[in-house]
Order: sequence, then structure tokens, then C-alpha cells
Amino acid sequence: MTMTATAPHEHHEAAGFFRTYLYSTDHKMIAKQYLLLGLIMAVVGGFLSYAMRWQLAWPDTEVPGFGFVGPETFNVLVTNHGTIMVFFVAMPILLGSFGNFLIPLMIGARDMAFPRLNALSFWLLALGSTVLCVSFFVPGGAAPAGWTGYPPLSAKAEYTGVNWGLNLWLLAHAIEFAAFLLGGVNFLTTVVTMRAPGMTMGRLPLVIWQQVAAATLFLLSVGPLIAGAVMLLMDRLVGTGFFIPERGGEPLLWQHLFWFFGHPEVYVVLLPALGAALEVYPVFSRKPVFGYRWIIWATICAGALSFIVWAHHMFVSGMDPRLAMPFSITTILISVPFALTVFAMVASLYRGSISFELPMLWGLGFLAMFTTGGLTGIFLGSAPADIYLNSTYFVVAHFHYTLISAVIFGGYAGIYYWFPKMFGRMLGTRLGQLHFWSTLVFFNLTFFPLHWIGIAGMVRRIANPLQYEMVAPHQWINVFSTLSLLGLVASQLVFFLNFFLSQFRGRPAPANPWNATTLEWTAPSPPPHGNWGASMPAVERWPYEYSAPGADRDWVGQRAPTVEALLRGEGRA
Amino acid sequence: MSQSASVHSAVEPAETPLTPESWGKLGMWIFLAGDAVGFGTLLAGYGAMRATSADWPRPFDVLGINLTALMTFLLICSSVTMVKALEWLGKGDRAKCTMFLLFTALGGAIFVSLQAYEWTHLINQGLHINGNPWGASLFGTSFFIITGFHGLHVTGGVIYLLSIVKYVANRPEAAASYNAVEIVGLYWHFVDLVWIMVFTFMYLL
Repeated sequence: MTMTATAPHEHHEAAGFFRTYLYSTDHKMIAKQYLLLGLIMAVVGGFLSYAMRWQLAWPDTEVPGFGFVGPETFNVLVTNHGTIMVFFVAMPILLGSFGNFLIPLMIGARDMAFPRLNALSFWLLALGSTVLCVSFFVPGGAAPAGWTGYPPLSAKAEYTGVNWGLNLWLLAHAIEFAAFLLGGVNFLTTVVTMRAPGMTMGRLPLVIWQQVAAATLFLLSVGPLIAGAVMLLMDRLVGTGFFIPERGGEPLLWQHLFWFFGHPEVYVVLLPALGAALEVYPVFSRKPVFGYRWIIWATICAGALSFIVWAHHMFVSGMDPRLAMPFSITTILISVPFALTVFAMVASLYRGSISFELPMLWGLGFLAMFTTGGLTGIFLGSAPADIYLNSTYFVVAHFHYTLISAVIFGGYAGIYYWFPKMFGRMLGTRLGQLHFWSTLVFFNLTFFPLHWIGIAGMVRRIANPLQYEMVAPHQWINVFSTLSLLGLVASQLVFFLNFFLSQFRGRPAPANPWNATTLEWTAPSPPPHGNWGASMPAVERWPYEYSAPGADRDWVGQRAPTVEALLRGEGRA
Repeated sequence: MSQSASVHSAVEPAETPLTPESWGKLGMWIFLAGDAVGFGTLLAGYGAMRATSADWPRPFDVLGINLTALMTFLLICSSVTMVKALEWLGKGDRAKCTMFLLFTALGGAIFVSLQAYEWTHLINQGLHINGNPWGASLFGTSFFIITGFHGLHVTGGVIYLLSIVKYVANRPEAAASYNAVEIVGLYWHFVDLVWIMVFTFMYLL
């Protein structure tokens, strides 16, 4: 409130450790904080998946480094692996980190619109993560009611034997929602108000459009779930009965509230990853992105449709069966805009001069894996098929193909692409190649066989598949999948090694290592506080001018003046 | 959120016609859109529970309408004083603006106090969050959750208003605090509007 309007960013005194790394309001430092938090939580979530898969492959044996699992702990693992990966890994990295880093740099601003609110968002998220981690160590253990927290199981402590673990789990998520709600306000205001002169909405890079769409979806869908989480806490703590049948409540109400949020949330995670891939393709195929406006409209349509598909998660829940048909139709309908986007991506690559640099490898991996996951979605979206496949490992395979393609492949495409800008050094190529190829292979070996065992009838959330005679003959698939998961986890260790080695030993990055056109590559690597030095960038053209006819090189940056502007005597030659 | 908008200050050129002073206004609108979805869900959930319940009491038999009508009137008056505060600030009169801001905050404070009185009264009569003598226990549950959620918004609004009083006091130029007052006004009118909805659906219908 006491800011004075002195000329900004002319000089900066060296700030202390606390102000630089902890209480920072600089969007780039906050982006790094989000990234680090996301990576730490990914280690936690990955460790849980390791213990879970071990239990499935060799039930009721001691898990090395973890201990005995058994049914109760297995439920804890399933619940917390799911929520950590979606809310505390995917969202911090794809929205928190990418959004904060890219929005000001790509629209030509010096920072976000509300820098202090931005820091508050991050620290709220850090608080939420801490609460979640603490929930593992309270008496009774952590939340075991599934990542969707369905009542009545979640509504009374007697049903699960877990009291404070689940309360803290709910609290941690309520805090996380508040953090990203504030973050979304910041993202939207920044993009609307702070674009540099000439950066019209029609010249925004697609990743920014996707971030805006994701923030809007989150903002408009999270209210119901916050309300639902408060109601569920009330049921647990003060004896109300919103979701408890014997007190007149309705458990299905929770499912409606959860999935009204839950389906848009899927796109909240997907869209930023899609955007990162869309930035990578033109750069490494030296060719403009295909169907810029179509992609934007497809995103808007998909976002709008995502609010009326939620009950496809509830086909077998006991809701009114007359609802199944309309929700099947909207669900199949939503594949149209995404198919359009995927075709636009393929067309962006078509006849380009593709170079397989690391970001491009991840970008192409995203396209292949996401399409695979999308195809199984058509099976699940149709109610008759879903009644058979619901709650089997087919569903598990489906959402790992869609979410891992987004978070892992799209996320790494972004990290490898923007790492030089973020940290001022290049990521090592050899370790990067090893990381990509081993991840691609082990990911498919881990998750593809789960389709088969799902069709064979293995259902989710069971701690010991050998209890079921029909699943037991297929147990080799569980063993195979678990062994592959060990490879997948080991591949990520390669990334961590590369990430930290390259911080110190990586080749120093030039300002524009990829010959890319968008604004962030005109700032130094890493950009200083305030990003642009004394003069603000002025934008003259749209973001994807690659291989333009008549240009003397194969890319023309967004700041390069147009011929008309030069003729009018404006701009710099 | 208005306060942090102006680090990279007004002098910089930008594509949008919105000036940095009004960033906070946009931020508040976006926040209110999200908040409205939350209230909308609570009221829609209330409607769904009531429609499917066999023994939902008639609200006006249990909840007193007269006191609540007075509370509603008070909140509408506080919206009027909010408008007056902005009007006087626009005319450059910071003293009158501060006075009307304080009236607005006072209206909110009395509203919350009356709500506390109403809650105490109803609880003494047997309306509890987990059960009541008149019928469906969710009647009391939803009453306390929804009016409580709204009451928290009013309480937060009173604190917010008082912080804006200080904001105005710290700025000798009336124009310097115009946006901050307008933004708190957006929030206050929103809370008022939500109450009209709550009053209609939970007391009158």
C-alpha cells in the first residue's frame, strides 16, 4: 500500500538470502519455488507408488525401504499418491511454476499484477503441503478413503479408523484450493492488463492462452469443492449429516460436487502441458503453428464443455440412469475439440524441418502418449462400455496415459525448453537423452499391460490381487508392471542428477539458444529482476513467424518491426 | 489485493487501456466470480436437499422473519452508505468519505451482532447443527453453514472496510484512494447481494 511511483528497476540493491529466496515477490523466484516444491512432492508421491506397486506384485511381503503394507496402509498409499500427484505436483509445476515464469516474460511485463498476492499463494501451497505431510504422522495414520474421498466411507471416523489423518488431508486440500484460487486471480488479471504495447490477444503465445483457460476453469469450478470439503469436515467434526444417509444426507451429493470440480480439474492440468508442447513444436520444426485461432477456440469450447461432463465418472454410482445418456453424449462431444487440437499439432509438424532436440523429444512423446490415453477415454465415456470397465485397472491405465503424458511428458517438454531461461544454463544432453528414452520405454511397459489386466477384471483399490481367482492367473502382469515401475523411477533419478549437475556445470545459456520468436528469449538468461532493463518491449507481430517467405533467416522475433512499421519510420532496424 | 498492484508503476506503456490503478478492480471481479460459484453451489445444494426431503420444516415457522428483515434492511442501508462514501471521495471530501465508510462498517458490525443474537436464540430453542425438533436435521445444518459462510464474509468485509479507512487517512490526495474505495465497494455490494439470495431462499421460500 505504501508503494511510491519512483522510476522502477533502475538500480537494485543486493537483497539478503531471506528476501531473495524465501520472501521474494519476483515472479521468476516464485516460479522456481513452485518448481522445487513440486519436485519434492513428486519424490513423496513417487515413493508411495513404489510401495503400492510392490504390494500388488508381491502381496503382503516386506517392501524394501518402506516396510509391511497390508490393506489399511495400501488404502493410505492409493489415496495420497493420487492427491499428491494431482494437487501438489502437477498443479505447482504446470500452473504455479510455468504460469508464473512464462506469463510476465511472454506478454512483456515486468512481474505479475499482484506480486505479494503471488508470494501469498505460494506460501499457502507450502503450508498445505506441510499439513499433508504431517497427516502421515498423526495417530491413526493418513487418509485412507480414496483420492476422491467418497462418503459415507470418508464421512465418519469409525468407518475407516482414521480420524485426524483424514481431517488434515481435507484441510490441506482446502488450503491448496485457496492458494490456486488466488493464483488464478493473479494470472487472469496479469494477462488482461499487463500485455506490452502491440501484444494483442491475437498475438499471445498459445501457452499463455492455455494458462488463462486453465486458471479460468479452476476459478469457476473450485468453489463447489471448497463448499463440499467444508461440509465433509462438518460431517466429521460436528456431527452434521450432509453426506450420511442415516442422518438424511445424500452421499451422491459429494460425488456431484467432487466431479463438477474434478473434470475441469483434469483440463487445468492438461492445458498448460498442451501449451508447452504447442510452444515447442514450431521452434523445432521451424514452421508456424497450424490453426492458431482454431486451437484457441477449441480450448474455449472444451473448457465450456468440461462443466457438463462430470457425471461420466458416476455411471455406476446409482444416480438416475436417465442422466447416463446426456453425459455420454457431452463426453464423446468433448473429444471433438481435443481431436482438433491434436490434428493441429500434427499439421504443425507436417513437412517441418524437425530437429530432435530434448524439448522436442518430450513434446512428441506427449503427442503420442496423450493420443493413446485419449483413445481409451472414448471407451470409458460411453456408458455401456464403462459399466464393465469402471473401477478396473483399465481406468487406471487410461488416466495414467492422459495425466502422465501431460504432467511428465508435457511438463518435461517445458522444463527442458525453458530451463536455459530459468537458470541460465543448458541441461546436459546425454543424460537428457537417457532420461527421455528410458522414461518413454519404462512408462509404456509399466502402464500398457494394466489395460489388459483391467479388461481381465482386476479392480482398483484392492491390496491383494491374489485373493481373486480370476485375477490370479494374470499376476505376471502385476509383477511385470512393478518391475517396469522400478525402471521408471530410476529414470527420474537421471533427471534429478542432470537437473542439479546442470545448475553448476551446464553450458552457460545464450539469450536465445533455440532461435525462438517469443518475447521471453529477448531477455537475458536468466532475466534480471524486472526482466527488460530500462525499456519495455514493443510487439510487432504474432509469435510463430518461422521460415517466413522473404525473410533473411528462418525466424523473425515478435519484437522485429514489420516492413510497414519501417516504412512509417517507426521501430528499430 | 488492490494494495500490491503498483510495484511496476503507472509509467509503463501497455497494450490494454486499463491502467495499473484499476488492476485491483479486475482482480476483485475475478475473485467475486469464483466466490459466486461457491455461494451458488451452497444454495443449489440446499435446494437439492430440501427438494428430496420428506420432512423439511417451513422455514418461516422456525426462523423469525421480523428480525431478519431488519438485518436485511440494515445491510441494504450499508450499501447505500458505501455508495455515498465513494461519491464524497469523488468530490474530494475525504472526511465525509471516511464517515460513510465507518457507517458502512458499523452497519456490517451490527448485522453480524444481530446474527449472533439470532443464532443464540435459535440454538436455545433447539435448532442445532446436527438436529432439531421440527424435522429434517439438514434444515439446521444448512442454515448454520450458509448463514455462517455469509457471516464470515461480512466479518471479513468489516475488517477490510476498516483497513480502507486507514488507507484513505494515509493519503492526503482524495484521488489516490478512489480505486481502493471502489474495490471495497464491489466486495461489499456482492456480500449484500448474496444476502438477498440467502434471505429469499432460506427464510422466505
